Amino acid sequence: MGAPATRRGGRSRGTRMALLCLLAAAPVLFAQTTAVDEIAKYRAALLEGNPAELWEVRGEDIWKQKRGPKQVSLQQCDLGLGPGVVKGVYARLPKYFADAGRVMDLESRLLWCMTQLQGMSDTDARKQLFGGGNDRKSDMEAMVAYVTSESRGLPMNVSLADPHEAEMYRLGEKMFYFRGGPHDFGCVTCHGDDAKRIRLQDLPNLTTKEGAQKAYTTWPAYRVSQGELRSFQWRLYDCFRQQRFPELVYGSDASIALTLYLARNANGAAFDAPAIKR
Amino acid sequence: MADPMKIRANVVGDSTEVKVLMSHEMETGQRKDAQGKVIPAWFIQSVTATWNGKTVLAAQWGPAVSKNPFLSFKFKGGAKGDKVQIAWVDNRGDKRTDEVIIA
Amino acid sequence: MDRARRNTLKHGGGATLLAIAAAAGWLRPGAALAQAQAAGWNKAAFDTQNMADTMKALGGGEPAQSKDIVFFQTPDIAENGAVVPVGITSNIPKTESIAILIEKNPNMVAAVFDIPPGTDPTVSTRVKMGQSSNILALVKADGKYYVAAKDVKVTLGGCGG
Repeated sequence: MGAPATRRGGRSRGTRMALLCLLAAAPVLFAQTTAVDEIAKYRAALLEGNPAELWEVRGEDIWKQKRGPKQVSLQQCDLGLGPGVVKGVYARLPKYFADAGRVMDLESRLLWCMTQLQGMSDTDARKQLFGGGNDRKSDMEAMVAYVTSESRGLPMNVSLADPHEAEMYRLGEKMFYFRGGPHDFGCVTCHGDDAKRIRLQDLPNLTTKEGAQKAYTTWPAYRVSQGELRSFQWRLYDCFRQQRFPELVYGSDASIALTLYLARNANGAAFDAPAIKR
Repeated sequence: MADPMKIRANVVGDSTEVKVLMSHEMETGQRKDAQGKVIPAWFIQSVTATWNGKTVLAAQWGPAVSKNPFLSFKFKGGAKGDKVQIAWVDNRGDKRTDEVIIA
Repeated sequence: MDRARRNTLKHGGGATLLAIAAAAGWLRPGAALAQAQAAGWNKAAFDTQNMADTMKALGGGEPAQSKDIVFFQTPDIAENGAVVPVGITSNIPKTESIAILIEKNPNMVAAVFDIPPGTDPTVSTRVKMGQSSNILALVKADGKYYVAAKDVKVTLGGCGG
């Protein structure tokens, strides 16, 4: 007799407590949602007048110029759809290139064309991979801006038909989940779950289709905090740095495997870069 | 010589809308380099926009305008085929003038 | 004194002397560069830290608060203070100029736009904010000054480093 009464009383008291907690939490939740909305407005306002366009224009010029000891224009470079074709290539990269005998992303393919077609030394081709101000512009980042802009609006369409590509995808997946370094981090540590953030930066969950698509289709991007247009090779390089991993070599198989894994996982989504980010 | 600007000018009703992206470091003079030395201020100080020779905007800027500045404004008049010219001068005396045909 | 330097000092113009002085460290680099400036640039206006000094440099009296100055495309929170979009429209008749001031920046004035007749009294650009602060839109219309403010929070300061 007593127990059910207590139970009934206890339940209603519990419900009241729960309701009070919810009401107390509501302003906090509301404030958080408003902040997220406002930052979304900030990001939307930045879309117009994206400085990335300056890189796109410069990149197109560089692509067309006769350069290197062989004085050849990169319009002879095959990025996957035939020599000189830039429209739509980025949506299909990384892919296997028989002439080079390896799977390549855009940056490594550009390095290959600069050394093989234009005759540059590897050192010269790698001279300013990341820009450092208007005094130290990166030709590579400009070309990446140009070539990627020619895939804007097209659906991601990375193929794994070639066995080399399938193998690199498996490697990339392994790398994504591999934990190491002094903090025992892996990509999965920051990007393996919903609602993770570093300070005020929301981190995309790359293990979901939606998260993978939204993340990959907005690189390269003009990073406001860098004042530079940054490519996907840069993004991975910086992730490795943040995890205190050994330095990721630009255009290495490791970087291409991860890129292929993430690009393939974004298949179907419309490519929407060069974008602008904080 | 500085990098070219990206200018867009479009007829909107009886007006012309102009959007400009400039390539400039816009260094504030507040930052220090790795050795602790102040990086000197380097920024666009004056911007002039003209349409068929008539000044449609004149601006004075300080280093608080963002790097790779964006500017948007609108003036009455302008027809497809007319020229809009934007010129800037910075505190080092560097200049840049670019023009666009109104679309 | 070595011959080359003597010759340079004899034949060099003012600009050269300035360069030599700067190179010798007699002038701070910032000071040397600040000497060179665009014609008509109001140096005093870009060197002020408060409203009173700003108005003195601009040659105007204390501005009146106005509800006819509107901010557009100016978010309440900026993720990075280095690039904060600001849009200002003045609905005050005979608007001659629109200035963007950032209250808590090292120097208040970010930009001054002269609006000739025929040009819409509306401008849009991006500014740097060192910290969360009021952005002030200062409008000169028919010889008088008006002002409106908008509070913008910044999650990462955008002036240095």
